[in-house]
Amino acid sequence: MSTPSTAPAKGRRFNGLPLIGPSVTVLLIWMIVPLVMTVWFSLQRYNLLDPTVTGFAGIDNYEFLVTDPDFWASLANTLILVGSVLAITVVGGTLLAVLFDQPFPGRDVARLFAIAPFFVMPTVAALIWKNLMMHPIYGVFGAAARALGLPAVDWFADHPLLSVILIVSWEWLPFALLILLTAVQSLDREQLEAARMDGAGAVAQFVYIVLPHLSRAISVVVMIETIFLLTVFAEIYVTTAGGPGNATTNLAFLIYARALLQYDVGGASAGGVVAIVLANIVAFFLVRTIARRLEV
Amino acid sequence: MVKQSLSRRIGIAVLGWGAAFVLFFPLLWMLLTSLKSEPEAVTPSIAFTPTLQAYGDVLARADYLAFALNSVIIAIGGTVLALALAIPAAYVMAFHPTKRTRSTLLWMLSTKMLPSVGVLVPIYLLFRTLGLLDTRIGLILVYTLMNLPIVVWMLFTFFKEVPNDILEAGRMDGARTGAEVWHLLLPLTLPGVASTGLLSLILCWNEAFWSLNLTSSAAAPLTAFIASFSSPQGLFFAKLSAASTVAVAPILVFGWLSQRQLVRGLTFGAVK
Repeated sequence: MSTPSTAPAKGRRFNGLPLIGPSVTVLLIWMIVPLVMTVWFSLQRYNLLDPTVTGFAGIDNYEFLVTDPDFWASLANTLILVGSVLAITVVGGTLLAVLFDQPFPGRDVARLFAIAPFFVMPTVAALIWKNLMMHPIYGVFGAAARALGLPAVDWFADHPLLSVILIVSWEWLPFALLILLTAVQSLDREQLEAARMDGAGAVAQFVYIVLPHLSRAISVVVMIETIFLLTVFAEIYVTTAGGPGNATTNLAFLIYARALLQYDVGGASAGGVVAIVLANIVAFFLVRTIARRLEV
Repeated sequence: MVKQSLSRRIGIAVLGWGAAFVLFFPLLWMLLTSLKSEPEAVTPSIAFTPTLQAYGDVLARADYLAFALNSVIIAIGGTVLALALAIPAAYVMAFHPTKRTRSTLLWMLSTKMLPSVGVLVPIYLLFRTLGLLDTRIGLILVYTLMNLPIVVWMLFTFFKEVPNDILEAGRMDGARTGAEVWHLLLPLTLPGVASTGLLSLILCWNEAFWSLNLTSSAAAPLTAFIASFSSPQGLFFAKLSAASTVAVAPILVFGWLSQRQLVRGLTFGAVK
């Protein structure tokens, strides 16, 4: 698609600094200042409610963090949440992408309906699911269960983390569908046709031609989703507030609770550093994948 | 194309529409519930007399319009500011690349990888010190910075598709850089710039980490307004549904309009 643009004529040096400088400067400040502050606070004794707590803490905040069972629970919840949503959205998104690549009447309209959840704000998504869908007495699921003579499930009391996983998956499945559908459509049709002529069935075509073609797009979906899913917040904030107990407290909610409910700046910052390190492990691979594709 | 058997084609249509129905169902149900009276809203009945009562109740809340206005101002403010910063930067990188351009682009992308929750504490404290907590300008600044890398990248990929010769011709005629961008480049890439703006509007409108943590009342947008329905005493299904429908509908239309270009913006050009 992209037309390689030729470099401007030699001899006329173009000074782009005034044009690109503002963006680079504000992003540099946006990145460096909070990052340095987080690391600095994580090494301090600092509580907003108690001004007598001051001084250099060294690695105390980190030591406190890793000896806190809530931290490990939140880390486990984060990994379960990210892993489950990734599995659901990538598998579901791939199947849906192949499905929506087939011609059928009204396909373009059906696709609009299918991708709609991605544009729903997280607070709406969470409350609609919690109340209209999953409420054991008033929700659709409960009514359907009763109609079938089954006991209604109290989703958020009995399966809190699963409930959050379902809501977040609903939000991100259309994202996977949208990206993977774009990738499927760039598939070489003649190659599929040739395979079909050679007697390859639908499953063989999918496994040996479609999936390898999608592998790159799938890896991009996995990495982008991971970065967003590591910090799922609003869905938990409006449904369970991290509970019951710490059943749905992920790393993001733990840091929020430490910082803005318990006013423990040092402890929250130590958690923040952990979140940054986790995200950067994923980001490293994502940037490398994108860089391979980048033509300047 | 390949001729397919009739039963196979019907099967695909049923699967496709079935999947679309399942994914859209919660939103459909939200719309239906918003048209019910409160007593009907807690029943699964689909035979009811539609009423706009819940919409009337929500809109009659004096503060609803304030929340909606905050959403509009913050989303437009964040988008305009991001475009103003990004257009010159993307222009330079697309048409006057240097050996640093590639690493600059990738570095900008990497700033997007910093998880917001990792910098919650310093941003909150900085905002408190600077008096930016619960202000529209505070959220506009955060959203501008948050989306700037995506906006620059998306514009860059659209600008790259314009042959340099066209701009070169304008330059020969003596067009200054500002005029070259404004009169030549932007009209040529208007659909791309528009969908970049739409993506930014969508991301600002739906953002629910900073809006919940940095605002309380004066500058709180619709994401926070909806969150106020999570308290048990505020739980009225019809009103929740009506408020949610009003909050979601405009941005859903924007999303549908820009769905093709979204892929480019959301994957930094890695999937086309």
